[in-house]
Amino acid sequence: MNLTALVEPDRVHKTVYTDPAIFDLEMERIWEKAWVYCGHESQVPAPGDYYAVTIGRQPMIMVRQGNGKVDVLYNRCPHRGVQLVGNLKGNTGNTFVCSYHAWSFFLDGSVRAIPLAKGYEGTRMTRENPDCNVRRAPRVDSYRGFVFASLAAEGPSLHEFLGEARVAFDDICDRSPVGEVEIVPICHRVVQHSNWKFFMENQLDALHPSVTHQSTGIAAGRVEKRLKADGGSVPLYYHYLSAFASNFELWDSVQTINFPRGHGILKAYMGLRPQDPDTLEYEALLKQAYGEQKTEEYLSRSIHHVLVYPYLSVQSPLQQLRCLRPISPDKTLSEIWHFRLKGAPEAIYRRSLWYYNLVNSPATMINADDLENWTKGQWGLASNGGDWVSFHRYAGDDRVENGVTYSNHGTSEAVMRNQFRAWTEYLTA
Amino acid sequence: MNKPTKAIPTAGPDFEHLLAQDVVIEANKGAGQTGAQAIDPSHSPVAPWSRAAGGPRALPKPGLMVDAALQREVEQLLYLQAEILDGKHWQAFIDLFAADGVYWMPVTPDQTEWEGSPSIFAEDKLMMEIRKGRVSHPNAWSQAPMWETNHVVSHVAIESMSGGTIQVRSRFHMMELRRDDVRHFGGSYRHTLERDAGGALKIKLQRVDMFNSQAPFDYVLQIWV
Repeated sequence: MNLTALVEPDRVHKTVYTDPAIFDLEMERIWEKAWVYCGHESQVPAPGDYYAVTIGRQPMIMVRQGNGKVDVLYNRCPHRGVQLVGNLKGNTGNTFVCSYHAWSFFLDGSVRAIPLAKGYEGTRMTRENPDCNVRRAPRVDSYRGFVFASLAAEGPSLHEFLGEARVAFDDICDRSPVGEVEIVPICHRVVQHSNWKFFMENQLDALHPSVTHQSTGIAAGRVEKRLKADGGSVPLYYHYLSAFASNFELWDSVQTINFPRGHGILKAYMGLRPQDPDTLEYEALLKQAYGEQKTEEYLSRSIHHVLVYPYLSVQSPLQQLRCLRPISPDKTLSEIWHFRLKGAPEAIYRRSLWYYNLVNSPATMINADDLENWTKGQWGLASNGGDWVSFHRYAGDDRVENGVTYSNHGTSEAVMRNQFRAWTEYLTA
Repeated sequence: MNKPTKAIPTAGPDFEHLLAQDVVIEANKGAGQTGAQAIDPSHSPVAPWSRAAGGPRALPKPGLMVDAALQREVEQLLYLQAEILDGKHWQAFIDLFAADGVYWMPVTPDQTEWEGSPSIFAEDKLMMEIRKGRVSHPNAWSQAPMWETNHVVSHVAIESMSGGTIQVRSRFHMMELRRDDVRHFGGSYRHTLERDAGGALKIKLQRVDMFNSQAPFDYVLQIWV
C-alpha cells in the first residue's frame, strides 16, 4: 500500500477514513506505539483500584500499586488468555485472580500462585518463567497527574511526545490554587459512527460552529437576549451555547496554533473570565498561592481546546476532556471526563459543570449535530461520488515558525493539513 | 490568495504571547441570579430517592391507597406527558412544569442534587425553551432524519402526599426510531407534583433514572425522555 500517495499537502484520499487495512495500520503504528492517555491518577486513588482502558486494539488495566505507583497491564491471563477483569472499574485487593483456573497475580502483574503447581514441574511454564507474569505496558509515565502508557519499549519520552501540547495539562492544573485537579468519577461514553479523524479535525474547525450549531446558538441567544433585557446580566452558561452562532468573521479571527505530531490549539473565544464575586474570590485564592504576575499569566492563556493528537481534546479552561478509543474505521468511542480544581470554590466547579452538561453530556445540544455530520461524512466518503477530501482553505497562507504552523485565519484548514503531516510521519516511519 | 482581514501579530519563537491574545465573542460581564441559578438548590426534593438514602435500590413500598380519583388524575397526567412527547408538542411539554419546574436526568442513582454533579439533562424552563428552540429550528440538522418515539408508562404509585406536594414513582419504556434504527431506553420517573393557583397538577421536579444511563450512548439523546 502506497500511503504517501494518499496524502497530499492540501487533500487526502477518502480511503484513509474508510479502509479497514489502513485502520489496522493506524492502530499498529500510531496507537500501539505512541503515548496514549489512560486516565487520571485520582481515578485509582487506593492500592488495588483499577480501571479498564483500551489502547489501540489492546485491552489494558490501569492499576494502583501498593507502593503508590500506577501501572498499566495487559488485561490477559498468561495461562489461557482470559481477561483478568471483566468490568470497567473496581478494586481487586492485593491480587488479580483469573476467573477461569484461579491463577493469581500481584498488582504489578507478577505471578503470585499457580494452582496445582506441581502439574507444571518439568514443563517450561514454571513460575520462574516470565511468561507466567501478566504482560505490562513497556512504558508508563504521567504528567501532572495524567497517566499515559506506550506499548512500544522505545520511542520519544512522554515529555517529547506531548511537546507544546503539555500546556493542556498545565492550563488545567495551574487554575487550581494547589496546582492539582481530581477527576469527577462519572464518565459519559458516546459512540460516534465515524472515523476518529472526523472528531480530531472538527475540534479545531472554527468554520463549522456557526453552520452546524446555528439552531442551538440562535435558540440560546434569543433567551439570553431576553434575560439581559429583563434583568441585565445573565449566567455565563447561556453564552456557552449562544457563542456557537457567532458569525464567520468572528470565527475567522480566532487563531489556531498547530504543533508537530499533530497537536494543536484553538484559541479562546468565549470570554470565560467574568468579574462576578465568585470569580473574584477565586482569583484572590490564586493570587495568594501564585502571586499577581503568575496568576495573570495562568488566567490569560488564550485556549479553547488543546488537541493531543490523535485522541485527546482537552478543554482546559473548563476542566474537561474527551478521549477517543477507535473501534473500527467507521466507529469511535469517546470518553468524556470532567475535573475539579482542588482548592477552588464550589461555584467555579459548578460554572464549568454547565458546559459539561450542556455541551458534553449524552443529551448535548451541540454535539448532536456534530455526530450527525460525521455519520453523513463517513457515508459520503464511502461513495464513489469523489475520491478526495479537500483541505484547501487558506492553503499557502499559513506561517510556519520553528516547526509550528500559525494560521492567519481561524478558519484555515491548516489544522487538517498539520494533522495529516503527523499522520504520514507515523504511518511511514 | 485571500489576505487576512484582521492583522494577527507575528508569532515569536515562543507561542505563549500569542496565547495571551484573546478573541472574545460577546462575553458576558457578571453573572446574576437569573434562570436556573435563581432556583433554590434545595428545590430539588430528591434526596429521599437517592440510593444513599435507601432510594431506588431499596425494597419498594407499595403505593399509597389514595382516593381513586386522585390516583387517576395523577396517572392521566403521566400518560398525557408521554403522549405529548411522542406527538412532539414541545411547548405543551414545558407547560406541564411549574414556573420553577426542573427536568433532571442524573447519571447515577446516587446523585441527590440536580445541580452540582454531572447530569444527562439538568434543565429549568428556560433551558427547556432553548432545547425546544433548537429542535424546532429549520437548520437543526440532526432533526432531519426520520425520528419518532413511543413511550409506555406504567407502575404508577403515589409514594407520599404532604403539604400539597405529591411524590409519584412510575416506570417507562421508550423506543426511539432514528433514521433506520430503533433504540430502547427504560427506567423510572419520579414526579414531584404541586397544584397551581387554578388547581391543576404541575411538575415541580421530574427525575428520570434510566437503567442504561451509564452504558455507552449510540449517538445521543436530542429531546427529553
